[in-house]
Amino acid sequence: MRTFGSPEFLFIVYALRWTLSLTVLAFVGGGIMGIVLALLRIARSRTLRTITSFYMQVIQGLPLLVLLFLCYYAPSLFGIEIAALTAAAIALTINSSAFLGAIWESALRAIPKAQWESADALALTPYKTLRFVIAPQAIRLALPSTVGFLVQIIKQTSLASIIGFIEITRAGQLVSNATFEPLKAFLSVAALYFAVCFPLTQFSLWLERRTARRGAGT
Amino acid sequence: MSVVVAKNIRKSFGALEVLKGVSLTVEGGEVVALIGRSGSGKSTFLRCLNGLESVDSGEIEVAGHGMSRKPAELRQLRRDVGIVFQSYNLFPHLTAGENIMLAPVQVKCMGKDAARAEAKRCLALVGLGDRFEAYPDMLSGGQQQRVAIARSLAMQPKVMLFDEVTSALDPELTGEVLAVIENLARDGMTMLLVTHEMGFARRVANRTIFMKDGVIHEEGPSAEFFSAPKTPELQAFLRSEVG
Ligand SMILES: Nc1ncnc2c1ncn2[C@@H]1O[C@H](COP(=O)(O)OP(=O)(O)O)[C@@H](O)[C@H]1O
Repeated sequence: MRTFGSPEFLFIVYALRWTLSLTVLAFVGGGIMGIVLALLRIARSRTLRTITSFYMQVIQGLPLLVLLFLCYYAPSLFGIEIAALTAAAIALTINSSAFLGAIWESALRAIPKAQWESADALALTPYKTLRFVIAPQAIRLALPSTVGFLVQIIKQTSLASIIGFIEITRAGQLVSNATFEPLKAFLSVAALYFAVCFPLTQFSLWLERRTARRGAGT
Repeated sequence: MSVVVAKNIRKSFGALEVLKGVSLTVEGGEVVALIGRSGSGKSTFLRCLNGLESVDSGEIEVAGHGMSRKPAELRQLRRDVGIVFQSYNLFPHLTAGENIMLAPVQVKCMGKDAARAEAKRCLALVGLGDRFEAYPDMLSGGQQQRVAIARSLAMQPKVMLFDEVTSALDPELTGEVLAVIENLARDGMTMLLVTHEMGFARRVANRTIFMKDGVIHEEGPSAEFFSAPKTPELQAFLRSEVG
């Protein structure tokens, strides 16, 4: 039987790159989809808005774990083998898209109608209005919650351990099984999550204070 | 040459008919003031002229462009029509200079340097030549409104619409904004302005129009309009505004 030493700790640390890879995939994928969803939510077509809202509500109402199982097991019904990383990345992307989409939708809606109107009156196209007038203001507004949600994604990647993907939670489990020292193993895991999430949370809070200050100034 | 021609404009919001057949022609270089009680449809009429509100019936031609529902044609019209709002509506994330440069660069495809020079010229015109780098929240209301005027001027419009541009300002700040508008009038800018400043309308506008319940109730050259109002309604309105 092995004892918990630095090789075991390093094993968990190395798994951190998979936690981070999965996070980046989910954040980038979910971000791109989220932008599209947010824009569809403010589209002129009522049908598009309704369909988008339905999609977002379904995803937001689904436990991430269920989504993860669906993404992992559904392809095998069609005889397709899917890697745990792929399944986890897809599930997290879909999940993040709905939440990021909602965050950005509300930021877009928070920009006063008068801003759209002024840009209209200056003969800007809707695209240029969005790009140069609305989006820069909406991004500033949405940044704190976006960074906050990034922290959520990091923690959500731990669910991928259940389908056998070796990120830090799964690595901690393996070390715990091999050493029978679950406390040390999972404290190490916790410390790593903290080391990654804490600075981001602080950053998010700082952004929020900055936004609030600017808001009060006008 | 007529810069603004509006014929028999009608406009309703739901069941409320706000404009009940308004006709107006504004010649090049003319300054026309629109006065009347709040709710009489002055702002709505002004906003119809650059398509911010769509009309239910009637004809509009502004700066040679017929009113259109097609976005591209509407943008052609708006390039030639400046509008300034009561609440300034500057873009808060851009400096005064950037606010002014945005449309010339993005709409008229003007080069950055030319646009910068033009923005500086327009800022100087409104007496803010030294505030190019200032963000809107660093400026007073009066200064913000002057930047908004400069932002419209940078598009070199053929007509300027002013929608109660001093109503949100503290009394001590209205003077600086009115002075800018008066300068524009002297330079021959065609202007249509909704205002509560009776003295200003009398002094600066060639013609004043009194709107009541969605129609033009009385109009005339400003001098006679204010000194010898014909209808009892206008007489009552002017009395209530003065005292
Ligand atoms: N977007 C709108 N929706 C519904 N009603 C409106 C809208 N804009 C203006 N109104 C109504 O139209 C009437 C005329 O308004 P307005 O043109 O602003 O008058 P004024 O400028 O003379 O004060 C008012 O009763 C106002 O409530």
